[in-house]
Amino acid sequence: MTTKNIKAAKTAARSASPKASNRGKAPAAARARAATGTKPAGAGRHTRRAARAPAAGRVVLLVATRKGAWLFHGDAARRNWRADGPHFLGHIVHHLVLDPRNGRTLLAAAKTGHLGPTVFRSTDFGKTWKEAKQPPAFTRKADGSGRSVDHTFWLTPGHASQPGVWYAGTSPQGLFRSDDDGLTWTGASPINDDPQYIAWMGTVQDGTPNGPKLHSIIVDPRDPQHIYFGMSGGGVHESTDGGRTFRTLIDGLEVVEGFPAGDPTFSDPHCIRLCPSNPDRLYQQNHCGIYRLDRPSTTWTRIGRAMPKKVGDIGFNMTVHPRDADTCWVLPMDGQTVWPRTSPDGKPAVYVTRNGGRTWQRQDNGFPAQQAWWTVKRQAMSADAHDPLGLYFGTSQGELWASRDEGAKWRCIVRHLPEIYAVEAAELR
Amino acid sequence: MRVLIPSPLRSYTRQAWVQARGATVGEVLADLERQYPGIRFRMIDEQERMRRHVRFFVNDRQTFDLAQPLAETDELLIVQALSGG
Repeated sequence: MTTKNIKAAKTAARSASPKASNRGKAPAAARARAATGTKPAGAGRHTRRAARAPAAGRVVLLVATRKGAWLFHGDAARRNWRADGPHFLGHIVHHLVLDPRNGRTLLAAAKTGHLGPTVFRSTDFGKTWKEAKQPPAFTRKADGSGRSVDHTFWLTPGHASQPGVWYAGTSPQGLFRSDDDGLTWTGASPINDDPQYIAWMGTVQDGTPNGPKLHSIIVDPRDPQHIYFGMSGGGVHESTDGGRTFRTLIDGLEVVEGFPAGDPTFSDPHCIRLCPSNPDRLYQQNHCGIYRLDRPSTTWTRIGRAMPKKVGDIGFNMTVHPRDADTCWVLPMDGQTVWPRTSPDGKPAVYVTRNGGRTWQRQDNGFPAQQAWWTVKRQAMSADAHDPLGLYFGTSQGELWASRDEGAKWRCIVRHLPEIYAVEAAELR
Repeated sequence: MRVLIPSPLRSYTRQAWVQARGATVGEVLADLERQYPGIRFRMIDEQERMRRHVRFFVNDRQTFDLAQPLAETDELLIVQALSGG
């Protein structure tokens, strides 16, 4: 089957598959617990251990859009936000990230619609930017078979013990590393040229509408050699030797009907997050549901089946609580029929679980009650580390929404931005 | 020789026309990179392919060949093929 045919078949399967249409059903026990508010046995055993203290500094929201980047500086109450931007007006900015290790280095993954990709770097909070000397780029192949980076999609600061180290994920899928704080980038792993990995990555037609992505690069806070990443498409992968070798981590993940679940080619993680308070726990929003993984297990559990049937468990982003590994948030999208990728039924809502995915609660106080067809991309939701925690997300329609109370109430804080690709809540020192 | 820089790349050169040396299109681009670090990769990818929306004209004739010979009196025009929204 050609890749084009595979794509067509996948689309058809999504339309026909009850799995793809996201009709999960909560177990009776989960429904009962949701009704009574009780926790299941064992829930919470990972939580609230070695959790860092809540943040107290100012929050700045780093907003990357299809037409440039903005920084929104919050006041102490996180009520008022001062706009700083646009930076790189007209550039497509996929990710803007502050280095939490020094509180100073900002990296922006940028390109224009017509020029090649690059990475910009600032150490004065965007007053000045300097371009990377050597942006992420694949190895040249003399026979013409080599791949070219279309854009850098994802940026992840390295381990706390490795200042200056950054990782980048690109489209098409590639894993890159900088050892000099973002100035020069080189391939971070043999997977970039590995025939098996390249086969799993597929072609441009097998990726997202904006190209196939390597994303969700996660460095275990306990071990700089332990790295995860996801590929859309291409599955979830794990390295315990700093990226020299990887193994697949896709057991339990469903794929669209008719395709082999064990083949990473058909596995499509949208966003993976590790819980800072329990690095053995990962959550994932996948093309086919919401999942949790508790290591050392290698089998993901579809916790999205406990979501309301009419809402489903399709979406793009995943946001975890920095101090409570039982709590995470998702923002469901309509994944039925032709995949509108909009708020189900035009009624936006965030869903939170506080028991590891056994039950979910709807949070929509402040959102439009109807006729709001939002799309929120995989990098476009983020949390700060305050207590109570603040949540933030940006829509493809250019609105930035915020909650100061862990999702209980929401307020639109910015309107009329370009299409928002990424929102990062950074803590100022 | 004179090289016309398109507006999206003038953040590197700060001017529309610049001087560069080289006996081929590729050599002129290498000289531009020497003068304005980073500019070449925005036009030529890591596989030595011209990027899709970047066009090169020697005098008034389009070329897709980085090895095309140039004379000192030629002009290289670099153009953005703008499209989309």
